[in-house]
Amino acid sequence: MGYGGRMSRFSFLGWPVVRQFRSGDPLGRGEAVTSPRTRAITPRTTTADRVVQSVCPYCAVGCGQRVFVKDEKVVQIEGDPDSPISRGRLCPKGSASEQLVNAPGRQTKVLYRAPYAKDWQQLDLDTAIEMVADRFLEARRNKWQQTDGQGRPLRRTMGIAGLGGATLDNEENYLIKKLFTAAGAIQLENQARI
Amino acid sequence: MANADCIVIQGSNMAECHPVGYQWVTEARARGAKVIHVDPRFTRTSAVADKHVPIRAGSDVVLLGALINYVISNELWFKEYVLAYTNAATLVGEDFRDTEDLDGLFSGYDPGTGQYDLTSWAYERKEGAEATGGYEHGADTAARAAGHQYGSGGPPIGNPRFEQDRTLEHPRSVFQILKRHYARYTPEMVREACGISPEDFDYLARTITENSGRDRTTCFAYAVGWTQHTLGAQFIRTAAILQLLLGNVGRPGGGVMALRGHASIQGSTDIPTLFNLLPGYLPMPNAGMETLQQYLDAIASPTQKGYWAAADTYTISLLKAWWGDAANEDSEWGYQYLPRITGAHGTYETVMSMLDDEVEGYFLFGQNPAVGSAHGRMQRLGMSHLKWLVVRDLNLIESATWWKDGPEIASGELKTEDIATEVFFLPAATHVEKAGSFTQTQRMLQWRHQAVRPPGDCQSELEFFYELGKRIRAKLADSTDERDRPLLDLTWDYPVDEHGEPDAEAVLAEINGRHLTGPQAGRPLSSYTEMRADGSTSGGCWIYTGVYADGINHAADRKPQQEQGLVAPEWGWVWPSNRRILYNRASADPDGKPWSERKKYIWWDPEQNRWTGDDVPDFPVDLAPGTPSDLDAGGAAALAGDDPFIMQSDGKGWLFAPKGMVDGPLPTHYEPQESPVANPLYRQQQNPARLTYPRADNLSAPSAGEPGSEVYPYVFTTYRLTEHHTAGGMSRWLPYLSELQPELFCEVSPELAAERGLEPYGWATIISPRSAIEARVLVTERVKPLVVSGRTFHQIGLPYHWGVGQDAVVSGDAVNDLLGVTLDPNVQIQESKAGSCDIIPGRRPRGAALLSLIAEYQTRAGVTPETGNQKLTGPGRASGHETKEN
Ligand code: SF4
Repeated sequence: MGYGGRMSRFSFLGWPVVRQFRSGDPLGRGEAVTSPRTRAITPRTTTADRVVQSVCPYCAVGCGQRVFVKDEKVVQIEGDPDSPISRGRLCPKGSASEQLVNAPGRQTKVLYRAPYAKDWQQLDLDTAIEMVADRFLEARRNKWQQTDGQGRPLRRTMGIAGLGGATLDNEENYLIKKLFTAAGAIQLENQARI
Repeated sequence: MANADCIVIQGSNMAECHPVGYQWVTEARARGAKVIHVDPRFTRTSAVADKHVPIRAGSDVVLLGALINYVISNELWFKEYVLAYTNAATLVGEDFRDTEDLDGLFSGYDPGTGQYDLTSWAYERKEGAEATGGYEHGADTAARAAGHQYGSGGPPIGNPRFEQDRTLEHPRSVFQILKRHYARYTPEMVREACGISPEDFDYLARTITENSGRDRTTCFAYAVGWTQHTLGAQFIRTAAILQLLLGNVGRPGGGVMALRGHASIQGSTDIPTLFNLLPGYLPMPNAGMETLQQYLDAIASPTQKGYWAAADTYTISLLKAWWGDAANEDSEWGYQYLPRITGAHGTYETVMSMLDDEVEGYFLFGQNPAVGSAHGRMQRLGMSHLKWLVVRDLNLIESATWWKDGPEIASGELKTEDIATEVFFLPAATHVEKAGSFTQTQRMLQWRHQAVRPPGDCQSELEFFYELGKRIRAKLADSTDERDRPLLDLTWDYPVDEHGEPDAEAVLAEINGRHLTGPQAGRPLSSYTEMRADGSTSGGCWIYTGVYADGINHAADRKPQQEQGLVAPEWGWVWPSNRRILYNRASADPDGKPWSERKKYIWWDPEQNRWTGDDVPDFPVDLAPGTPSDLDAGGAAALAGDDPFIMQSDGKGWLFAPKGMVDGPLPTHYEPQESPVANPLYRQQQNPARLTYPRADNLSAPSAGEPGSEVYPYVFTTYRLTEHHTAGGMSRWLPYLSELQPELFCEVSPELAAERGLEPYGWATIISPRSAIEARVLVTERVKPLVVSGRTFHQIGLPYHWGVGQDAVVSGDAVNDLLGVTLDPNVQIQESKAGSCDIIPGRRPRGAALLSLIAEYQTRAGVTPETGNQKLTGPGRASGHETKEN
């Protein structure tokens, strides 16, 4: 069916509108708008090593996604036609989510800003978690409230707060709530309040 | 929604904010359903609706109340449904006074505290049927009855033996009270308050009522256009009352659908990272609940009807999941390990505590309050008071960098070298770099499989918090301090993979719960009805029980839609018990027959003696229609065959809420905190029970013709765009999305542009009593001036995704900086859908001159911390305590 040969010399048959109708592609969305270059391209989706089922991380519609992975890198994310919610569709945000993973500006290193410092410095992850654990316990102690004015138990700390959660997994929220509650850190909130 | 015959989208721009979900609206419309969009702005939702009805932001209760009035006065309510399934016939006690009697207040208001005592809102008990024990109905203090203290069952009202009048004629019947309450909510009032013409109102009223009843159903959809108000919870209640009257609850194509904005925002309330809740809508205990028994008594009565009566089994199973063997009968199942709340500790209170140096450390996980929360300046200044801040995100969001490039650095209010706050930025994993479940807006849990490992130092929250918990526990290992026992006795041992990532499925299994003793020990629970209060079961979130039934992760069920019917029960898992429509017993008539062939969903099969149908019945499966209530039994056993509202303590849908709402048993129209319009219904201008924060850094504009109100003559309303996500943390760093929507703009009408000399595509500065921002001008007829109370009235639309910083691909002023903090008393959500402002051409001043501009406006308007913060503006204002009835 190719037009390549014919396109090499001028022919009215190569005019786009004629091409569209001749090739049974009246809307000009298929064969009629291909070129030798586009025909030589294979979609990233066909060369992927594996496809993993996922869900869009933006809004709460919960569109199904298929994540295409090659050489342990995400190469494409598309809508999942099997999903009864989205039937294969994604909006601009869901369609852009491959860039969420591979965005050039994404931070992949721990950064630390010391008190009064003018800029960030690097810090290794293990040290950072250790420092946070120490500060957590200190703040918990400093602002501990054992009882209220009437002597009723409160056993809580007002020294620690948390905000987040609406794009986290249920399992993550569960562990966060469990840990904060056991530590007596009641000031835990998320986007649902906003 | 695809089954609806009429869809009213109000307080939401669904086509742009939930684009893929909108295909179901389009599909319903293609089948002939009418779609009506009620919104201040004409948006792409309006463009594809049958009709757009412009409304003044914040006046929705007037419109919905007028629809209720229309339905009642024209006898268009669904009589059999209302009589059988709602509390219309129940009598309210003699002491109740309505806002119609008290000019905008209900009985029980205490001007001293600004709160209601709910005693007088109680149902009238049958003679000799006094509640026993601690279940005295209606007699609690308002503080205890605060909306945030109840779980999914709402407040307990004790044994439901109440006086009724099945003719609905008794003046104290809920039906008659409702009728009187909304009698002045007329089409004329709608024109006056909402700016909606009588013709548009008539179209709306006719379309809704013609598409409700046995054969047809109407669905309402809302989003934060309803919640972000000082009476947001009441907006939703008004729609729920209307839907109950029309018989549109529990049926296919009916309901009031919340369109939630975040992938798992539903999940984050089910398993809450919220101060006032434990998983499964169990309330956090408050200081008054000193023992487990007191806690259980306060949240549920074993003599009430329905599944909430078993709250003790849910609570004790949760405590077992968290504290294992340490949760035993002698330790009150570990109840004393739970911290107690004393009033509100919401995110805005917390920020104010930061300013008072009461909070030392703050974790942000996937949240950008410097841009996304109301009153950005207060947020950023609050953070500058912290000792330490941990930001866990994908990108260097503004909440991580305010100390070097925030607006307060530019204005000179803060100097980087003076800020003592330590900041940790810990990179997070994306949704494809970890496994776990999201709960979407229809309560469906969907599992994501891990596709790749997170790069560099990036970690999931699961891994980070598990690790943090392990280290905290290790550091306390030798502690003998009693306060450390809850951490040390915590069940905190999950299997990890070779990279240290905890197994999310093991966490899901704990959430689901298991049998701990007996022949089934170790087996996952298959339903919350298997939970026991004797320590023989565990389960971290009772409403999720069943998601891991038989040891299978049902959130990962993925039978393709092409191989299933419309309900698609084998894709994901919907709480509770994989039921797709809640209260679906109401989809059948009292005799158990479908209301109509067309709206058939769940029905009683007399041959098999059970409920059956397209969905999982949300009802005891063998409870026959016509079965009388066994009120002595309590719990599910007390339900009658026609009590579809199985979580409500009387089994009925509540037209009138005798308890549970702290600002009134019926929704009443009040103006927003800042409004150029005087409340046309009552002398009481604003919600008298709203939470106000009169502070010099949280000023409000004068309302309705008060001196100074002309300084901020316009109303702004905030919203989102398809191409961005919330505060931009997941969109403004993406080149594609940034290119699609590069810049902040304001939408203004041609009339307003002419009035203020605004040039299309030029700059405008918008000034509120809190801040001033600049935006590009988009002059468009999509924003229509409304004539309200005889005055032309301009609204300004502002998308709020941008923020000031240097790391994002695109940045801009943060619209939320314009907002102040005044909250809904039920849910403590801020009012961000309506605020007062001025708009002038040109860019805003830079540096300290910006602060001078804001101050100049404040001075000119004469605003003080008291401005707009009087709780009472009506009859009680001068006479103080006299407004407290009886
Ligand atoms: S693709 Fe768009 S509509 Fe679908 S979940 Fe994502 S953000 Fe929502």
